[in-house]
Amino acid sequence: MKLDDFLSQDSEWLKGTGPSSNIVLSSRTRLARNLDKVPFSNWANKKQLEEILKTVKDVILSVNFLKNALFLRLKEMSEVDRLFLVERHLMSPEHAKDVEYKALIVDPKEIVSIMVNEEDHLRIQVMQSGFNLMECWRIIDEIDTELSRKLPFAYSAKWGYLTACPTNTGTGLRGSVMIHLPALVFAGQIGRVLQAIAKLGLNIRGLYGEGTEATGNIFQISNQVSMGIAEEDIAGGIDRIVSQVISREDTTRKAITQKNRDALVDRVLRAYGTLKSAHIITSNETVALLSAIRLGVDLALIKNLDRRMVNELFILTQPAHLQKIEGRALDPNERDIKRADLIRAKLK
Amino acid sequence: MLCDICGKKEATVHLTEIVNNQVTKLHLCEECAKEKGAEMEEHFGLNDLLAGLADLGANVEPEMMEKLKCPACGFTYHDFKKVGRLGCSECYEAFKTKLAPLLKRIHGADRHVGKIPLMTGKTVKDTRNLQELKMKMEKAIQQEEFEEAARLRDQIRQMESKGKEG
Repeated sequence: MKLDDFLSQDSEWLKGTGPSSNIVLSSRTRLARNLDKVPFSNWANKKQLEEILKTVKDVILSVNFLKNALFLRLKEMSEVDRLFLVERHLMSPEHAKDVEYKALIVDPKEIVSIMVNEEDHLRIQVMQSGFNLMECWRIIDEIDTELSRKLPFAYSAKWGYLTACPTNTGTGLRGSVMIHLPALVFAGQIGRVLQAIAKLGLNIRGLYGEGTEATGNIFQISNQVSMGIAEEDIAGGIDRIVSQVISREDTTRKAITQKNRDALVDRVLRAYGTLKSAHIITSNETVALLSAIRLGVDLALIKNLDRRMVNELFILTQPAHLQKIEGRALDPNERDIKRADLIRAKLK
Repeated sequence: MLCDICGKKEATVHLTEIVNNQVTKLHLCEECAKEKGAEMEEHFGLNDLLAGLADLGANVEPEMMEKLKCPACGFTYHDFKKVGRLGCSECYEAFKTKLAPLLKRIHGADRHVGKIPLMTGKTVKDTRNLQELKMKMEKAIQQEEFEEAARLRDQIRQMESKGKEG
């Protein structure tokens, strides 16, 4: 397995399978873990950082889920390759900066990834397609338990897992769900939904862009608090609230299809038309139009396309993916042209 | 010049945004600028917020706090206020007078419930089990279930003596 093999496989978060996958793209859990008494990555010296990499590497690669995983030293990779991993949601944008002592471990199916020496020594992440947060928790729990048998994790009886940032102390757990809410946005109800979610102690933000202006109508819902609640309850809490948001989006989709059908069909087909004929297109416009045709596919307004293809376009049209497909660096203007070429070819 | 968003009012606020290396200049009226401002809150980072929070509710002399230093890694409380991140796991103990109220404010709780790591959490697990047994015993005594209480007492004794040996 090589990094380039990922290019020809569907990343877990865009497979378009799993429960409620017409509305939820993917679910994810992440745990922040540190080695006891070793300075956190931002404060450790070079020798300590190398030592951390050495200590965790073999232990991680001995874990059940990660026996065939790739171990990537980020400094040995090109910038495009690093951005490629960020675009596939296998690591954070921060992890692609100051890469001298950073590493990433990814399993061949792109379900589990572990960042080494991000802000915490370990950031373990598990991703599942569709609405499947509890399964993400189950997998990450197993991996974490196995790691904690061999690695001395920093832990206090009172405050739990000790992390570089106090906002992660306690369980170190962040659960999140990536959710496509075009109908709630279309119907002008999204503001109220966002407010309600925030009041319930969860975070919600746009995946691209911010707040109610989320380009592509894709939002990320996650827990805010990580101490004082057990892990299952954190995941369960998000699960319950997201279930309600899903049913709200679902009802609104049905209502729009009945009451506002013409406007909806017009919007969807215009988006389809633009994507099929544009010669120059930016990432932002692409994401906005793909959101419309995804809804069109979900509501069977576009019949000759499947969700998998739409999802694939979400990922392949990003800058690093385009450059890897072309096999060379592209400036932003060239990218906009190549992006349009790729979309036209796929939608033909 | 008219506002780029509403196109009706005079633009008085001029913004330069850089997104994906593309520079966009926006000329906005005051009202639209306010709305746009909500989107820009993100730039006011977590670090600033944490640093601000860290200063609230301090009971210790401020000057002394500034000089507080973690004996394990040399990180100072002043460093924490600057970057919003700690130096190592021992910093939690070194700065606990300041961190306790901060953690409570962030999480609304000041005690971890949930997982215990196998290697470093062994004693924690025993202590937690012991506490639970003691609570059960108290309850049994209150409810006058003395047989149950005696059984729990023996269990506690056994655990405590095992703890001493180990």
